[in-house]
Amino acid sequence: MVAPKDLPLQELYAPGHRLCAGCGPSISVRMALKAARGPTVVVNSTGCVEVSTTIFPYTAWRIPWVHALFENTPAVASGLEYAYEALEKRGARKGKVDIIALGGDGGTFDIGIQALSGMLERGHDIVYICYDNEAYMNTGIQRSGATPRGAATTTSPAGKVIPGKRGGKKDLAAICAGHGIKYTATASIGFFTDYIDKVRKAIEVDGPAVVHVLAPCPLGWRSSPADTIKLAKMAVQTGIFPIYEVVDGKYRMSLKPGKLLPVEEYFKLQGRFSHLLRPEFKEELEEINREIEGNYRRILGLAGEQVA
Amino acid sequence: MKLGWREMPIAGVMFQPGSSAEYKTGDWRIEKKPLIDQERCIRCMICWLICPDVAIERVQKPYKNYQESLKEDYYHCKGCGICAAECPVDAIEMVEESRVVP
Ligand SMILES: Cc1ncc(C[n+]2csc(CCOP(=O)(O)OP(=O)(O)O)c2C)c(N)n1
Ligand code: SF4
Ligand code: SF4
Ligand code: SF4
Ligand SMILES: [Mg+2]
Repeated sequence: MVAPKDLPLQELYAPGHRLCAGCGPSISVRMALKAARGPTVVVNSTGCVEVSTTIFPYTAWRIPWVHALFENTPAVASGLEYAYEALEKRGARKGKVDIIALGGDGGTFDIGIQALSGMLERGHDIVYICYDNEAYMNTGIQRSGATPRGAATTTSPAGKVIPGKRGGKKDLAAICAGHGIKYTATASIGFFTDYIDKVRKAIEVDGPAVVHVLAPCPLGWRSSPADTIKLAKMAVQTGIFPIYEVVDGKYRMSLKPGKLLPVEEYFKLQGRFSHLLRPEFKEELEEINREIEGNYRRILGLAGEQVA
Repeated sequence: MKLGWREMPIAGVMFQPGSSAEYKTGDWRIEKKPLIDQERCIRCMICWLICPDVAIERVQKPYKNYQESLKEDYYHCKGCGICAAECPVDAIEMVEESRVVP
């Protein structure tokens, strides 16, 4: 792992973009580009990053960047790979170009999952990064297949009828790894050297690779902008978002299993979970705790590790 | 940069990489701005890496035993406070916007 001070000085991502103060997805993009190994092209589906980095006539990208529709980033990236191959065959260009496909959780877990599956199944040499802020933020905080259980969003409001979102987060890593690809990882911007390392590994893999990175959103999570990195760390430490790799089908934890931090500590800092700390939501909170523990143990088991 | 419809590039293609840097986001700050204490700073470069707005610069300006100094970019800094929250040695303080800094 490369220490922050030894990372490339070159900034492929410029300031002046219009993402919110303290935006986690912004951090996830900047860090991912620190892992670039050479000529790189980014294909980006609609969402906060896409919209706010390219407000006409400005762009925050210092590398070629293509906007794709919300649902078809992996398809556009696949087409690009073929196009580079065709140009090379014709002698029109030479040398490897790394392709990064970038999508939010809505774009990845829900609307683009079919295109992603196709990209993985066809075996394109593309890195897919899903920055997960756990809802459709750009359109005003609607729940997605990545929104955690109990979180309040505009389409899963907490109240007398429901206690926030019903049901949990899809297991994106398992879905991707299930395609038999060589490299899948979950990561968090709170563990930045680990995340950057994973993006680099994903780039170096020949064939498709997926990195699913947790990136807190102060607006949608109703948290302090200053807490973005802290929350990204706590999500891992509470076990609600374990970080691991799946290399050739084998699971490997990225952190040594330790005692989990109480999830209430994490919830306390976010308005979207604040109702869960009230007495009338006690049962829901207990259920969430059971789910987190169960899922954490399940992943540890897959990685052949003992529960601490 | 303002373009009339006659100057618009076809398909809205943007030709100048990183042109957003011209755009001032520093006026988004409310109340506080970061101030780095060069004396305390151990040059771990965490703040540099985690800033969502690329608003902490590493400048090749020696300071005592260090080759580099860190500089706040108030033209772009949105004042989120992440750098101050994450600095391992508390070398960044969020100070009043009105404070005159060197
Ligand atoms: C086909 C289609 N449906 C809906 C939209 C509207 N839309 C734009 S961005 C967005 C939310 C994106 O959510 P996510 O992928 O999680 O990214 P985030 O905004 O959270 O960064 C939606 C619904 C669209 N652009 N295209
Ligand atoms: S809404 Fe969230 S993800 Fe979107 S720009 Fe703001 S902080 Fe970033
Ligand atoms: S995080 Fe603190 S110690 Fe590290 S480089 Fe920044 S100011 Fe210096
Ligand atoms: S306050 Fe936020 S935007 Fe400003 S330098 Fe610190 S991390 Fe960057
Ligand atoms: Mg999202």
